[in-house]
Amino acid sequence: MLAIFTKLADWMAYDLFRLTPGSHLGEAVHFFIEDVTKIFFLLTLIVFAIGFFRSMLTPERVRKVVAGRSRAVSYPMAVGLGAVTPFCSCSSVPLFIGFLEAGIPLGVTMAFLIASPMINEVAVVVLAAAVGWKVAVMYVAAGLSVGIIGGLAIEFFKLEKWVEEYVWKIRMGQMAEQTVDTSFRARLDYAWGQVKEIVGRIWIYVLVGIGIGAVLHGFIPQEFFIKYASVDNLLAVPSAVLIGIPLYSNATGVIPIVEALMSKGVPIGTVLALMMSVAAISLPEMIILRKVLKPQLIATFTGILFVAFIGVGYLFNAVLA
Amino acid sequence: MKTIKVLGSGCKKCATTADLIASKAAELGIEVAIEKVTDMGAIMGYGVMSTPGVVINETVVHSGSVPSAQNISDWISA
Repeated sequence: MLAIFTKLADWMAYDLFRLTPGSHLGEAVHFFIEDVTKIFFLLTLIVFAIGFFRSMLTPERVRKVVAGRSRAVSYPMAVGLGAVTPFCSCSSVPLFIGFLEAGIPLGVTMAFLIASPMINEVAVVVLAAAVGWKVAVMYVAAGLSVGIIGGLAIEFFKLEKWVEEYVWKIRMGQMAEQTVDTSFRARLDYAWGQVKEIVGRIWIYVLVGIGIGAVLHGFIPQEFFIKYASVDNLLAVPSAVLIGIPLYSNATGVIPIVEALMSKGVPIGTVLALMMSVAAISLPEMIILRKVLKPQLIATFTGILFVAFIGVGYLFNAVLA
Repeated sequence: MKTIKVLGSGCKKCATTADLIASKAAELGIEVAIEKVTDMGAIMGYGVMSTPGVVINETVVHSGSVPSAQNISDWISA
């Protein structure tokens, strides 16, 4: 079904614009057209479908089901629900406070916050369409594991002392249950509203990601990546993670770059480590979390993720490359 | 007169919500007092974890997104 986007790109790049297949510009333009049409089509379709069935979880419901569970249950639950629960990053602070207030341990709460930006249904489907289901499944497994490991590490080091004091004093009022209008018309309106909101928020990241992917795909020779980013170069994985830290994008926005790098033969572990680093560690998110976390905890949290992403990169490279 | 509180820590969506309510009230010719609540303790006190939230006469009517125009006019004209 998605081959139609390749055909469209073939026609536009090579017939309409009269570019030569295999030329630098031809390849870059082809990549750009194919990915813009394909990714925005999938994005709209998936967000609409999820919105229509109102299968979306709310942070309030997650809080209710995770609270009071044993660690063996709450950690996997937190990362799993973190992956499928959409929430605006400006809600990170009330969410964080709400979880702790319900008695959910700091480690479990952080596991939720780590997994949430890295994995979501939209990114998984787009990733699968771009580079195959195998890679998408591995990315999800790695992301969930990193969330659990990060949370457990924070629990192990007993970092509660680095949560701002006022957080522990806040008491929540009676939780307001949201009423949902389930008529067909309301579902359509809601789903369309979600498309406008989510696509409106992330389109720029996706477009920039596709632009960078197109340049990598068309203009950077494969030899460059073989020389600097092969499995033998042990610095490639840490470098990928380091590059990803200051870069800030939505998980879906990194996928075109993942696609371009993989087509150039960059090993999968290195690519996944980069994707996780870009999606999970971001300055804006840190600034928001600074309201509830002391700088020491933010630094430790970033350090733990840095090490975990490098571990994921080496592991996948060792096993699969 | 209804007192409408918009709960949120100052994100863009919260400002949008307050603006929407103000313009809808003006359009319907209903006088309302709109107050933005940014204090986290106060927001959590209403049991709201996803912002923006909307509180009318001390009752939470909405949370987690920018409300629709239909919702807003229902609330203020009810």
